[in-house]
Amino acid sequence: MSVIKVENLTVQYTGEEHKALDGVSLEINKGEFVAILGAHGAGKTTLCLSLNGIVPNMISADMYGMIEVLGEIPPKIPVRQLAAKVGSIFDNPEFQMSQLTVFEEVALGLQNLGVDKVTIEKNIKESLKLVGLEGFEERSPFEISGGQQQRLAMASALAMKPEILILDEPTSNLDPIGKEEVFSVTRSLNREEGLTVVIAEHEVEVISEFADQVVFLENGKIIEKGTPSEIFPTIVDRQELVGVRVPQVTELASNKRNLFKTIPVTLSQAVESYKS
Amino acid sequence: MTELKVENLKHVYPNGVTAVNGVNVSISQGEQISVVGQNGSGKTTLVKHWNGLLKPTDGKVFVGDLDTHEHSVNVLARTVGYVFQNPNHQIFAASVKDELEFGLKNIGLPEDEINTRVEHISEEFGLTEFLEVNPYRLGFSLRKSVGMASIIAMEPDVIILDEPTTGQDYLGIKAIRASIKKLKEQGKTVIVVSHDMPLVAEDTNRVLVMCETELIFDGSPSELFATESILKRTNLLPPQITSFMHKIGKSSASESILSVSEAIDKI
Repeated sequence: MSVIKVENLTVQYTGEEHKALDGVSLEINKGEFVAILGAHGAGKTTLCLSLNGIVPNMISADMYGMIEVLGEIPPKIPVRQLAAKVGSIFDNPEFQMSQLTVFEEVALGLQNLGVDKVTIEKNIKESLKLVGLEGFEERSPFEISGGQQQRLAMASALAMKPEILILDEPTSNLDPIGKEEVFSVTRSLNREEGLTVVIAEHEVEVISEFADQVVFLENGKIIEKGTPSEIFPTIVDRQELVGVRVPQVTELASNKRNLFKTIPVTLSQAVESYKS
Repeated sequence: MTELKVENLKHVYPNGVTAVNGVNVSISQGEQISVVGQNGSGKTTLVKHWNGLLKPTDGKVFVGDLDTHEHSVNVLARTVGYVFQNPNHQIFAASVKDELEFGLKNIGLPEDEINTRVEHISEEFGLTEFLEVNPYRLGFSLRKSVGMASIIAMEPDVIILDEPTTGQDYLGIKAIRASIKKLKEQGKTVIVVSHDMPLVAEDTNRVLVMCETELIFDGSPSELFATESILKRTNLLPPQITSFMHKIGKSSASESILSVSEAIDKI
């Protein structure tokens, strides 16, 4: 069942000469983990911001084509209303924090939606548990680590019980522990809770482990779409052109085809497919 | 030739937090060093002592013969250039050209030398066509290049790069790694603070691992990625290729394979 449907979507920011997205078509099913890859300026952020309605509702742009998210048309409904179904996480969690305590931070979105107090407390408890921040309720959002802040941003989104999570380079400002925390929470939300995940990311080794579908953007157009195993082996010779690196094991196996049964995209596949 | 020396360094911030404790290290001219560790481990605090941005609370730091306690950033910056992680913390001029010229004027170079250096450095970093542009009109990657170019143009003996590849895409990372190689050929000392393990593995030959204010490892990347106890304690993940070669038994217990090209040769 598709939860996101985009057909021939074109976005041009007000005052810009170039199209940020140029005829993008994409369908994402419920429970899928989809990674958006591409160089800087390829259109990854614009695609994320179109799915949660921030473009064109808060950032002015001309939008053509069809976009449907959970049966809603994002440009036609208030961003806040869509945010209850589509949670968004950005690259700089600190910018998303405004409250004095972790509890208040998570409560904010729910209060804005007019949810009753009992439900608010229940949802906060559940969402802090999902991201592993139980016991942090009274801490200041500004005095926890980057990885904890990003998980708090996720908890704030999760408290509204969304069906889709959109993450735009959520780990680019985090250290290795922070990255690992955010990726493992994202994975369990997808696998255990069934959330649909759309993530723009540069960490190809992690993406290959997690993603059901990878979408490559270049100059606002989709140039490749498929499973990591289908796509990464085909771009080994044009990494520079596409602006995205392939996993190291994929590069090795492509250069030593006779030593591998198939071209792997993850470490465990590589170990399995190596002919010792 | 500039040797860097840290003797029993301790740094306590005004709020009472100890960030670096009991660190001893010497770095010779021409080494490529990476400083790694989790956020809050003390790595940025350590490197900021080398250009005088921070002064020791206890212990001594020498840049060549200069005791950093007795010299200002202005003097030390001629020998040790510091490129910030976020170019916005560094760039303030109204055009790329002004930004590149600023440091050169500051160190008192004659005008024709300034012009020659700006011409060369902007060519090297692909900035020639943007010289008259306001740096804030440029995208993040190019702005980062401006930050790096303006420091490298001063030709300091030592260049410190704080998280040079963070937030960069494939081509941005490639360009930065190419500049590091070039600095190495010129005999510069390069110190990189980074979480980017392929960069640490392939472009540096000595790694300093900071953990909870202390220096807990000082050795080659090959040795580091074979030392399970340090990796576990600091949550460092070797490059994927290093793990793969280890898992299939193609690297010895004390030495690691550090790059795809090395793996292609050894497999």
